[in-house]
Amino acid sequence: MAGRTLYDKLVDSHTVRRFDAAGQRVLLYIDRTVLNEYTSPQAFTALREAGRPVWRPSAALGTVDHVNPTSALRTTHVPDAGAGRQVDYFGENCREFGIELFDVLHPMQGIEHVVMPEIGLVLPGMVIAAGDSHTTTYGAFGSLGFGIGTSDIEHYLATQTLVYSRLKPMRVTVDGALSQGVVAKDIVMALIRKIGASGATGYALEFSGPAISALSVEGRMTICNMAVECGARGALIAPDERVFADLRHRPRAPKGALWDLALTRWGALHSDADARFDRDVTLDADEIAPMVSWGTSPDQAAPIGGRVPDPTDEPDPRRRRDMERALVYMGLTPGTPLAAIPIDRAFIGSCTNARIEDLRAAAAILRGRHVADGVRAMVVPGSSDVRRVAEQEGLDRIFTEAGFEWRQSGCSMCLAMNDDVLAPGERCASSTNRNFEGRQGVGGRTHLMSPAMVAAAAIHGHLIDARQA
Amino acid sequence: MDPFITVAGVAAPLPAANIDTDVIMPKKFLKGIDRSGLAQGVFHDLRFDDQGGERADFVLNQSAWRQTRFLVVGPNFGCGSSREHAVWGLSQLGIRAIIGTSFGGIFFDNCAHNGLLAISVGDQDVAALMARAADPARNHLTIDLARQAIGGADGLSVSFDIEPTRREALMQGLDAIGTTLRYREEIKAFEQAHLEANPWLR
Repeated sequence: MAGRTLYDKLVDSHTVRRFDAAGQRVLLYIDRTVLNEYTSPQAFTALREAGRPVWRPSAALGTVDHVNPTSALRTTHVPDAGAGRQVDYFGENCREFGIELFDVLHPMQGIEHVVMPEIGLVLPGMVIAAGDSHTTTYGAFGSLGFGIGTSDIEHYLATQTLVYSRLKPMRVTVDGALSQGVVAKDIVMALIRKIGASGATGYALEFSGPAISALSVEGRMTICNMAVECGARGALIAPDERVFADLRHRPRAPKGALWDLALTRWGALHSDADARFDRDVTLDADEIAPMVSWGTSPDQAAPIGGRVPDPTDEPDPRRRRDMERALVYMGLTPGTPLAAIPIDRAFIGSCTNARIEDLRAAAAILRGRHVADGVRAMVVPGSSDVRRVAEQEGLDRIFTEAGFEWRQSGCSMCLAMNDDVLAPGERCASSTNRNFEGRQGVGGRTHLMSPAMVAAAAIHGHLIDARQA
Repeated sequence: MDPFITVAGVAAPLPAANIDTDVIMPKKFLKGIDRSGLAQGVFHDLRFDDQGGERADFVLNQSAWRQTRFLVVGPNFGCGSSREHAVWGLSQLGIRAIIGTSFGGIFFDNCAHNGLLAISVGDQDVAALMARAADPARNHLTIDLARQAIGGADGLSVSFDIEPTRREALMQGLDAIGTTLRYREEIKAFEQAHLEANPWLR
């Protein structure tokens, strides 16, 4: 029998029942979920209407993140009536069904995918499904995380399982070493550019290679998080000593003898040497430069030294039309150097890039400097804990002295469901994950990049290579 | 959930690649706690201008596509956010099936849970269907889920694959949770063994 991939090991170890002989469609046991206020309400309503209890309330955590304001003074007041109703109903649901809740005023409140690993609820070998596409983040710990819709949230809550179709395994090997000033965000943006926005649709990715092993756990989270932007519904990195060291001190990670036992099992969480992958993709880290997006899909991106591409160079007519449409929306002219694109806004935030290392990287650029005239710049820490740690390190002062707004935690302008929104036509350098039309506000124009690149753009008032900033 | 057996109606073309769920259902329609009232939100910023008037250039606003029941779409339709509101809205607008080469994975599953048939076929078949959807004289299609076939008035016939369990659920309009709970004892037994073997997961 051929060896198995890490992905297959995780699916096999969580299979309650096979619906076909090959195990392509299975009833999959889910270890844990995290809930938010905007994708869960209809699931709870449906449970209530059907008179169904939550199967295992202790395996769920609620955190308010998508719709809450991020203004510096924290209150329970949500100015938008609909959003306020969502927060209230979420609290009611968590209380009634016995689910732990980090509400707006809770000291551990934050973006779900920042909070879960932070408190040690994401452990190697787990399967975690949640009502948010960026649940793939958890692959950084060797845990299979994937996003689900509201019907599946309800299915999970009622049964602790999902009816699951097995994906095909794809290996992404990142050889070599990143040069100074090139980071995890650049690796994943380079991958998405290379294989396209649906290049990994139907696949579960496994990242490996020396450039991946060299990354911090936070960097690995950035990569697994954004893997969904090329269609992957699962992105794994085999857990190693660095992951175990990160987990050891997390409050909800196992302790004592339980920790020792867990550690003996976690060592087996890797693909077998003779495991077969349906597809292999290789990147050379030495060749990756800081990336920025120029279009309205995450694969429409290029190294910062490049130029806005010319659709007439694109032979495929449909891709050409998509490019033309993207450039009209983005208000960009073919041939413009990317580093000459002026910005109105700078945003550091999101589950992709608002952990403490991200804030440190941005602060290192900003120290003793100031944002350009006419640029409005914001930092929204990924969690309330990240915010506290940053304040202990004095990063908040670096940001505020540089002219950045130092805000409370939430998803904020990554998807602009709260009051942090781009005005029509405003152009934003953003450490987020999606440059879709209207994502950060109707008519808003998003350029994706790493937090240091956002900081550099804020200082100069235009996109720029942070290594030369 | 409405069973899907054979459905006939008008198909509309949406050829752009990577139409994401932010575009299908913009954020201002995500502030509810129920599933209602989402038809208005579907493709809102493409369908309506700043004043709320219809944009004449958007296909669903044109007379030949007012009664659209099927969408023929570009690759990676429904990518991005997990928001099921996109599917609820499409269903409320009367869309019963979407045909394309590939779909966002979460969107694809969300469709199945709501009786909306997402059909994945090859490039050439999508091109043939796109040409018909774009032509008011030929934009009437019939989808037969039992036979797994899409038929055009001009004799076109395209067959498609679908996972048998998904097909059965769509054809019978099954309650997925009720179906899974038939395995309640199996889940309990699995859970007990799983948590005993991995006690740190308790």
